Amino acid sequence: MSEVKKIATRESYGNALAELGKKHEDVVVLDADLAAATKTGVFKKAFPERHIDCGIAECNMMGVAAGIATTGKVPFASSFAMFAAGRAFEQVRNSIGYPKLNVKIGATHAGISVGEDGATHQCNEDIALMRSIPGMVVINPSDDIEAKAAVEAAYEHVGPVYLRFGRLAVPVINDNPDYKFELGKAVTLREGTDVTIIASGLPVSESLAAAEKLAADGISAEVINIHTIKPLDEEAVLKSAAKTGKVVTVEEHSVIGGLGSAVCDVLAQNAPTKVLKIGVNDVFGESGPAVQLIKKYGLDADSIYEKVKEFCK
Amino acid sequence: MNIDPADPKKPDRDRFVLSKGHTAPGYYSTLANRGFFPVEDLKTLRHVGSYLQGHPDMKHIPGVDMSSGSLGQGISAAVGMAISAKLSGDDYRVYTLLGDGEIQEGQVWEASMLAAHRKLDNLVVIVDNNNLQIDGAITDVNSPYPIDKKFEAFNFHVINIDGHDFDAIDAAFKEARETKGQPTAIIAKTVKGKGVSFMENQASWHGAAPNDEQYATAMADLEKVGEALCQK
Ligand SMILES: Cc1ncc(C[n+]2csc(CCOP(=O)(O)OP(=O)(O)O)c2C)c(N)n1
Ligand SMILES: [Mg+2]
Repeated sequence: MSEVKKIATRESYGNALAELGKKHEDVVVLDADLAAATKTGVFKKAFPERHIDCGIAECNMMGVAAGIATTGKVPFASSFAMFAAGRAFEQVRNSIGYPKLNVKIGATHAGISVGEDGATHQCNEDIALMRSIPGMVVINPSDDIEAKAAVEAAYEHVGPVYLRFGRLAVPVINDNPDYKFELGKAVTLREGTDVTIIASGLPVSESLAAAEKLAADGISAEVINIHTIKPLDEEAVLKSAAKTGKVVTVEEHSVIGGLGSAVCDVLAQNAPTKVLKIGVNDVFGESGPAVQLIKKYGLDADSIYEKVKEFCK
Repeated sequence: MNIDPADPKKPDRDRFVLSKGHTAPGYYSTLANRGFFPVEDLKTLRHVGSYLQGHPDMKHIPGVDMSSGSLGQGISAAVGMAISAKLSGDDYRVYTLLGDGEIQEGQVWEASMLAAHRKLDNLVVIVDNNNLQIDGAITDVNSPYPIDKKFEAFNFHVINIDGHDFDAIDAAFKEARETKGQPTAIIAKTVKGKGVSFMENQASWHGAAPNDEQYATAMADLEKVGEALCQK
């Protein structure tokens, strides 16, 4: 097997911002003393005057971004997911969400793949928080190509957008010439008839590998990549669920309030279907190498394969 | 202020952010009387379906530059507006009004640190220093004094004034406009409920509406204050 290319989506974020900055003078990037980690440093190098480091003050940063947005510029406010969505939740809700301001929140280091920093830095609750805010678009890209396209789409969309990126380098899976990012549109990566696996972010590539293993056992799994969790592509979810009659959701996020919950909402209201939610099971994370944590918390291909197989019995 | 009721969103306008958003009624009546929307609409305040929300709503109220109401947040938006002006070389000015209880919020000091660090001389922070908050005197609850020294320590140009003296207010804004390289904080000593005999300095009137009789007394009191002002 040839070496798969791996890139962390936070890298994609920094690179995409620098590209965006070239094309659009109204792009302004804010950070809260994490420019090296969130990769907004790439933008800073290219456009130092349009990079505003607010220091370690995330709540203020969200308000400053809101103020900048009122003047017509397009701010990207960046920090770790824990602090962007967690610490500054109320500022995002009241200063950005309520006035529906054109602020893009670039949240990196989401989920347990943060690794060694441990539970205080592993945010498994951000999707739940952000998707509860009226009008907030929530995007969780699965690889470099999707992450870069998401940044571009977020810029084009008028209104608040939450972009979720990871720290760990993940395989590039969308490098085909037909790849097209459409806000709110699911991508069917593999057709199947026995079970639907709906994944988002880092576990998309793991889910594809799991589907491969399931095929060897005679289980035909459809794999759908949901990069936009809000607004959710309800049609795609319902269509595939009707076809397979069984749905599994996989996310690097708590099983409470994230992709799994969003999918259950749609199915429960329209076409009750049995669902297995794979994610972080209402626990805090811990320190360790990211790859080991992904395995321990059941988000690697083997764990997904085992759980789906059991579910299909 | 450079504002135009006929064109409330004109790009070069001066901005005002009512960070202490709970005083929306005073803000709305000022905007209405300045011509931003009909004065009779004020009677719909807080009614279901009215655009005059309990706290300022920039989406629906002409003249409102920023939604506010959650204390401590408005000043950050004002700082963002001032930064944006500096980035694109616009010369509009940004004013924001805070309560003296509100400055207990840590976010106010996060915003102040950044404002001075970025030398936002196009920003004026006004503190309504009435010494009261909901639970009583700020000195009893959690004293933020000395307020002027705190803003000075955060590298603001600080001006202390009597917040009921119009000439002093005027002079302070002029001084702020002439101050270069740092933001200005105007600490305005005020009396909550000023001019209404039974309301002055009463924390209990923070969010209460007068009955008909109290309303009549209050209006008569204010007439007198108005007349006295006109004679000055
Ligand atoms: C974050 C937040 N906490 C609490 C409140 C509720 N609240 C509304 S007004 C107020 C007191 C404000 O006191 P001060 O800032 O001194 O304002 P003023 O005396 O000028 O009315 C409080 C606690 C709020 N609006 N926002
Ligand atoms: Mg007060």
